[in-house]
Formats: sequence, C-alpha cells, structure tokens
Amino acid sequence: MSKNLFFSFLFHALIIYLTALTLPFMLREPIDLPPIVSVEFIEIKDKTYIPFAPKAREIIEKVKEEKNRVVSEQAPPSAKAKEKPDRIPLPDDQKEKKQLIKKKQNPEEIKPQIRQSSEFEKKELFDTNEIAALIDKAKEEQANTMKKSDKLTQSNVKNSFAQALSLSEEDALRAQIFGCWSVPLGLPYDKNLLVRIKLQLKPDGTILKSEILDHARMNTPGQSFYKILAESALRAVRICQPLKVPPTGYERWKNLQLNFDPTEMLKG
Amino acid sequence: MKKIILIFLMIAINLNNANALIKVDITRGNLDPLPIAISPLHVDKNSQKSDLFDTNKLGEEISKIIEQNARSTGLFNPLNKDAFVQKPDIAHLKPRFEDWRLIKAQALVTGKLLIKDDKLKVEFRLWDLTAAKEMQALSFTTTPSNWRRVAHIISDKIYERLTGEGGYFDTRIIFVSETGPKEQRVKKLALMDQDGHNIKYLTLGNELVLTPRFNPTNQLVTYMSYFRNMPRVYLLDIETGIQEIVGNFPGMTFAPRFSPDGKKIIMSFAKDGNSDIYSMDLNTRVVEQITKHPSIDTSPSFSPDGKFIAFNSDRSGLQQIYVMRSDGTGVKRITHGKGLYGTPVWSPRGDLIAFTKVRKGRFYIGVMRSDGSGERLLTENFYQEAPSWSPNGRVLIFYRETKADKTGKGFSAKLWSIDITGYNERRVKTETDASDPSWSSLLSK
Repeated sequence: MSKNLFFSFLFHALIIYLTALTLPFMLREPIDLPPIVSVEFIEIKDKTYIPFAPKAREIIEKVKEEKNRVVSEQAPPSAKAKEKPDRIPLPDDQKEKKQLIKKKQNPEEIKPQIRQSSEFEKKELFDTNEIAALIDKAKEEQANTMKKSDKLTQSNVKNSFAQALSLSEEDALRAQIFGCWSVPLGLPYDKNLLVRIKLQLKPDGTILKSEILDHARMNTPGQSFYKILAESALRAVRICQPLKVPPTGYERWKNLQLNFDPTEMLKG
Repeated sequence: MKKIILIFLMIAINLNNANALIKVDITRGNLDPLPIAISPLHVDKNSQKSDLFDTNKLGEEISKIIEQNARSTGLFNPLNKDAFVQKPDIAHLKPRFEDWRLIKAQALVTGKLLIKDDKLKVEFRLWDLTAAKEMQALSFTTTPSNWRRVAHIISDKIYERLTGEGGYFDTRIIFVSETGPKEQRVKKLALMDQDGHNIKYLTLGNELVLTPRFNPTNQLVTYMSYFRNMPRVYLLDIETGIQEIVGNFPGMTFAPRFSPDGKKIIMSFAKDGNSDIYSMDLNTRVVEQITKHPSIDTSPSFSPDGKFIAFNSDRSGLQQIYVMRSDGTGVKRITHGKGLYGTPVWSPRGDLIAFTKVRKGRFYIGVMRSDGSGERLLTENFYQEAPSWSPNGRVLIFYRETKADKTGKGFSAKLWSIDITGYNERRVKTETDASDPSWSSLLSK
C-alpha cells in the first residue's frame, strides 16, 4: 500500500514538475516570425552568350590586327575628319547631309507662302510639310537599305522556340525607353491612352521602320490628345536609338511592338 | 494521310512562331522638362520704327517672353541661346535639324515679324526635331502695342501642342494691391498680365477691398468692399468703371463668386451671427437662399458644370468642406481629416477642389477629388490662403504673408503659384504687396 502511495506521489510530483517546467513556455508570447518571403525562380536567360564569346574574340582580334597594319609606328597618324560626338555614323546620315546641303544652296525654293490674316485672327500657315504630314502622319519612316556590316550580332542565329525576350532583356529595353519618353502631362487619363508602335529594327538596334498601329485615331475629331501622345512616343523611340536589344537572336526581335500607356503614371 | 496532316500541323506551328511579335509595355516615362530651343524671331528689314519699342530688338524680346512662360511651367527647359548655331531668318525657313539635335533640343520655335502700316504681323513655327518636321505654323496680326499679348498667345499655342492641354499665358490676374504699414493698409483692386506686366489699378484705395473674382468673360469683377463700415458685395465693369452693390441685403454680404455661365453671383449673407449662402440672378435680380442652417456657411464655389456647389461650414463643430446640389439639397461633408478646411475652389476641369487647411497653426494649400478622396497638400507655410485656378486647371495662384515682429516690421503679402504636382512653386512678381489673387479665363478663346 505504502509502495503504491510512494509511486503515486512520485509520478504526481513528476507531472507537476514537468508542468511547471513547460508552463512558462506556454505563457511566453509567440515568437514573432518574419513573414515568409516567397521566391519565384525565373529563368533569366535560356542561353548564355558564352558560346559566341570565342567567335567574337576571333573577330575582335582580326580587327585589331587590321588596325595595326594600317597605322605603322613610323608614319604619323593621318589627320582624320572630326566626327560629331554622341552620334553613331550611319551610312544614311551622310546621304541626308548631302541632300540638306543641296537644299541650303537654294533657300528661296522652299520659301513657304504665308497668308495675311485679319486683326488678331490666327490662321494656319500653308505648308507643304504639313500637308504631307496630314496625308501620312508618321505612318512609315522608311530608312535606306540596310547594310549588313555588323558581323558581331550573330543575326543568322535562329531560335524559333524562344520567341519572347528574357526578363533581363525586356527590362533593359524598357528602362532605356523610360528615360527617353517625356510624357505629355495634360492628357485626359480617363480616356484610352494606349499607343501601339510597331518597329522594324536593324541588327544594331537602330530603327528601320516605325508604324503607329492605331493610326486612324491620329486624326479623329475629339481625340487630338492621341496625336500628341503618339508623337511623344515616336520621339522617345527615335531619341533612344539605337535600342538596347540583345546582341543575339536578331530574327526574334527584328520586329518589335511597343505599347505605350501612361494612364497609371498620370493618375499617380 | 496522317503524314499530310502532320506536315500541315508543322507548317501551322512554324507560321505561328514566325508571326509572333514581341510586345513590350511602356507604362512610365520621365518627367524631366522637355528641352526646347526658342530662336529669336527674325525682324523683317522693311519694318517701320515704333515709339513703343526698339523694332530691331522686338524679335528677341518676344522670344524672351515665350522662354519665360515656358520655363515657368516647369514642363519645358528652354536652352541657352548662346548654343544656337543657325541664324533666326534661315532657321525659320528650314532648320538644319541635326544642328539643333546636337544641342539636345527636342522642339524648336522659330518666327518672323513685320511692322507695316501700323500693324504688327508675327508668324511662328514649331518644329519636332526628332521627326524633322513642322508641328505647327500660325500668324497673327495686331496693333504693335499688343506685342506682349502676341508672345503670350504663341506661348499658349506651343504649350497646347506639346502637352495636350490648354495654355494659361494669355490671361490676367486681378488681386488686391497692398501698401502702407500693417495696421493702416491701403488696399486697391489691381489688374495685371499673368507674368506681372501691364499693371492697372481699378480703385483708388479709399475703401477696403477684398476677394475680387472675374466673371467667365473677364469683363465684370465681383468683390467685397467696406463702404461706410458695412462690408458688401459689389460688381465692377472693368471697361466702363461702373460699380454697383449686388442685391439689397439688410446686412453684411461677402465671399462672392460668379456661376460658370456668368448669370448668377453666389455669396454669403450674415445676419445675427448666422451666415447662409445666397445667389442672385444678375438679369432678374431675384435673390434665392440656398443653405438654411444655424451655422456659418461661406466660401461657395460652383462646379464647372454648375450642378454642384462646394462651401465651408462649421455645422459639425469645426470648419469643414461640404458639397451640395446647386439648389441646396443633398449636402454632404467631404473633408474628414484633422484640422480646419476652408476656401474650396472647384477646378475648371472639374476633377479637383483646391482648399486651404489649417492645422497646428500652420497653413496648407492642397487639392482633393470632388468626393473628398485623394487629399494632397501642396505647400505649407506660416500664413497662406485663397487659392485660385489657372484656366487649364494645372496651376494655383495664392497669397502668402510673412510674420511681423513686435514693432510691426517684417510683414509682407506676396503672390505665389504652384502646380498640382506640388514641385513647381514660384513667386509671382508684383510692384506692391498683394493678396486675394483671382485668375481670369483665357482672353483669346
């Protein structure tokens, strides 16, 4: 009997002891765990550029060798014509310049006719440029024929399965255009402000052709804001040239559509 | 057969791949001011001389006004003229776009003027330099004395073409000009161009004047004046100078404002410590009581469509802003924040209401949506109030006072403007101290 009592006391004491030990833990406030950060694994790039690196190096070395051959140590470097900074000399530019010089010689030829308007009345001046613009406002801007001078771009690599740009490529392009786009601030943000521009690009990222897809809206009455918005988007693309496109996969991105929509920004 | 179907399927997949167009969404842009080159206007050699100005320098003067207007918006960055390569006359015919692009300009303004037979003819062109094309070309003919207005009208056209909203440069501001020590202020009604030029005084300063407001055609002004120590609402015709008392109220009337159609004046009438909002039809002179509440209801302002009225009232204990239908029904409190709210003014665009807020002894000018949501405080100071909208609803003009010391020195009242982003705050220069500004609508519509 006393043995049983002894064991009963012992086990009860043990239970009380264990309870006393564990109760403070229960009284303590739960540990403030930081919220779970969900990490999404995104494939940044399907293919690295490494396979092209040896080939690129070969070409760079070739170019270096050629340079060394032309400029010998004995002969002083010949004076080169000064080039304008910030500009990449394109074959098209030189042609444009020649044309402009021709025009300059005969300024009377393009002197526009300005009609007299009445007291404080404003009148649109007659201008051939304006008419041309009305007929075809920024619809197409065809550059001269493309020259495949850039061998480094691997334009012949076709990758029919990876159609979209990778996230990093898209972000680079987007960030570049963000910087170039001066958004007209007076636009009515409760209207549809989507401007879709289809671009045809050269391998170096310069624009071969740009086209506003909803072109009909440009001259729709009551939608004058759309023209201003579309023009600003076109300006952004032109200022940004050459666009930051991936060095490879020209076939993938030679046709590119940019959807400009400042609604969120203007609502801000 | 299966093979043929398979081949067709393969071709279809290939075609689909070939046509898939990469699309990139651009939802943000920069808010940096647009770099613009404003070339001096070319003065025609056959121009007559004028007593009003040096004809040879007029082209440069006009371009300077356009430049100042453009800069004051905070949306444009007019480039330094020293960097301009092309002469004004040649640039006006056909600019060398690549030269202008070199100085990082995105737009170019060129122009030409001629004074002949006492008429000033000004033409201007706006060029898009990146697209290498003309965006706009207009010509104006007027009397030579109007040359500053021509510069403002050109500024409006450029602003409109590049931002997509109306301009606000060819406008005037009516305000109360203040001179003398704080206790003995002489207050006159004054009128000036929005850039502070062409100032005109409309009253002599014998009576105290407050809160002038334009009617929609900018011909009439309603304001409050103390005559024989009784504050009353008056009406003044700017052209003829004729003044009259508005309505036959047996007491004090104040805080007047025109309805958007200009046919009514809405104001407060105070009697026995209670003030309510009344309107008066200017044609029939019929007076109508709009609010009926034993509290102080004042500062009424119509919505641009004339259907609603915003006002402030202390019916909840503290001064707050309320909105009601124009017949006085459907009163709804729209401000619930801490502090006092007053002087609500409905934006000409209808989307926002500007107000003055007082909290912990500081004064704020802010804007909110017409339902009271989206409150944004634009500027904070020791004392400032009475915001008034520019006609395009982008800029607010208000006045700000500085604190006087014990001897009464250091006190001043100046006009300031701020745009609704809150980033572009500027002093509006006036000859004297100034308060209670009110912006006109566009003079040339």
